[in-house]
Amino acid sequence: MGHRKSKGVTIDADVVAGNGLLDRRVFLSGAAMSAATGGITFPDTAAGDPLPVESWMKTPGAPFVPYGQPSEYENKVARTFTTAPGTTGTGASRTPHHLLDGMITPNGLHFERHHSGIPDINPDAHRLVIHGLVKRSLVFTLDELTRYPMESRIAFIECGGNGQLLYQKEPAQVGVQQMQGQVSCAEWTGVKLAALLQEAGVDPKAKWILAEGADAAGMSRSLPLAEIMQDALIALYQNGERVRPANGYPIRLLLPGFEGNMNVKWLRRIKLTEGPTMTKDETSKYTITMPDGKSLQFVFAQEGKSVITRPSPGLTMKEPGFYEITGLAWSGYGKIAKVEISADGGKSWAPAALQEPVLSKALTRFRMAWRWNGGPAVLQSRATDDIGYVQPTREKMIADRGSRTIYHSNAVTTWGVSENGEVKHVYA
Amino acid sequence: MSTHNSALAAACALGLLSSAALADSPNLGKVITPEQVASWDISISPDGAGLPPGSGTPKQGEAVYASKCLACHGEKGAGKPNDALVGGIGSLVGDKPAMKTVGSFWPYATTIFDYVRRAMPYNESKTLTNDELYAVAAYILQLNGIIGENETMNAQTLPRVRMPNRDGFVTFVPAKPK
Repeated sequence: MGHRKSKGVTIDADVVAGNGLLDRRVFLSGAAMSAATGGITFPDTAAGDPLPVESWMKTPGAPFVPYGQPSEYENKVARTFTTAPGTTGTGASRTPHHLLDGMITPNGLHFERHHSGIPDINPDAHRLVIHGLVKRSLVFTLDELTRYPMESRIAFIECGGNGQLLYQKEPAQVGVQQMQGQVSCAEWTGVKLAALLQEAGVDPKAKWILAEGADAAGMSRSLPLAEIMQDALIALYQNGERVRPANGYPIRLLLPGFEGNMNVKWLRRIKLTEGPTMTKDETSKYTITMPDGKSLQFVFAQEGKSVITRPSPGLTMKEPGFYEITGLAWSGYGKIAKVEISADGGKSWAPAALQEPVLSKALTRFRMAWRWNGGPAVLQSRATDDIGYVQPTREKMIADRGSRTIYHSNAVTTWGVSENGEVKHVYA
Repeated sequence: MSTHNSALAAACALGLLSSAALADSPNLGKVITPEQVASWDISISPDGAGLPPGSGTPKQGEAVYASKCLACHGEKGAGKPNDALVGGIGSLVGDKPAMKTVGSFWPYATTIFDYVRRAMPYNESKTLTNDELYAVAAYILQLNGIIGENETMNAQTLPRVRMPNRDGFVTFVPAKPK
């Protein structure tokens, strides 16, 4: 903080880091606001026409509908997707974070990753089997699962490949949706896996489980029993309604903080085993090949990360003045403790405000006041979680891992603002 | 993150694995027999546990491949439009991009059987016979130079295949609280 004069607050007192980052209190205090706006001219009176009385003010509006939809004016707020060659439902879709706010992702915009499309599952015919190293192999119907005590968990799910473009040598000319859109956050409600495992009676020899989906790809992953026992949920509800088909209807596994594909959708089978099954996805796909050719396997946690969602590419700033820098931070290790923002490419940093609630393994919304002076700016965010893990710079991530992988990219993302207000992805 | 054993001990201490809490459980799961589960129990362990009877040779696999796989995976597994299945051995280090295929990257041959059986062919998964599965696995392994033309793949021989990148994996160690 700068010096304070006896009469009111000067601009300097509100500057917290280089290139116009301001103490958030300038937004909260009228006095500070007026003091801090030195050099900013307030808009002139609006053009002279009287306010029109629009047609919707004069005639009755639309009728009720059984299931509401967003305004038709918001039809650009949509997922984008890429599909594998020769397929329609296989690939990934991405959340338009640059057009959203808050911490919860609407169900229709939750990112997707399917390995063989979205199965059309009849809920009455769906079954969950628990077998392998158990005293009693059990089968559950959806009706039966619905009778168990439930709990809710607000959790992010992030694809292991989210952010992979940061491994490229040149900055991809894309925005936050294309770069970081494979992460979403919802309230998931369901039955503790531990309760069902107790019922089956776990053999002490069992150290892993295999979780498998009912989709045509039979998506399957091995999970270490001890590490998932505490948190794993069989989720039936997503933001209050039944889990969407694209997110695993009628049931999915939820493992807060763990790599997306481990949260197996359309869950049909859990097999208790002594060791990992070494499925296709945990051997050939979701591993990190290091510069020495060895590959890190069983990288479960999505490590601490953040991204600025506004301003960001595609959201051109029309004029200098006040803006809020906002975005999302998350960590598979726990809670976000701090998010720092830089507007000068990392030369100086200031802590952003974290919006409550700040929850473990959930998306956390951060906010920062910024006065853009109309000159070039380089915006970055850097997250620290409550175990002290600090989000790496891209340089550090590449130095540690090389770029022979596409997975677990959690480096700082940089947006360059030019004098005309355009925002571009750059490497700082 | 603690080691598996101490985390398991902690879980026991928390009563997560005890049967004491069962009194409050609805106990609605129905007991199911191995025979009933068999059609779903399709995962294969690296030691070969779960492999069914049957067998196949590379030559037999070539015919299966031509009719069921070639359209997506190209002549002799070269790839295009979808993943290449052959080549890239030795490409995991160096300046060129790594080429990860069944031959250059997959650590266990059992995974080929497991994955092809559950997910392939893409438009009709879970339809190949056990003999076709062993044969197509044999063909892919032979194309990669991992087995010879006259080797037969079955429940005994497939788990014994030594994949080139078998020792290429290291278990990730998560960050510890600072």
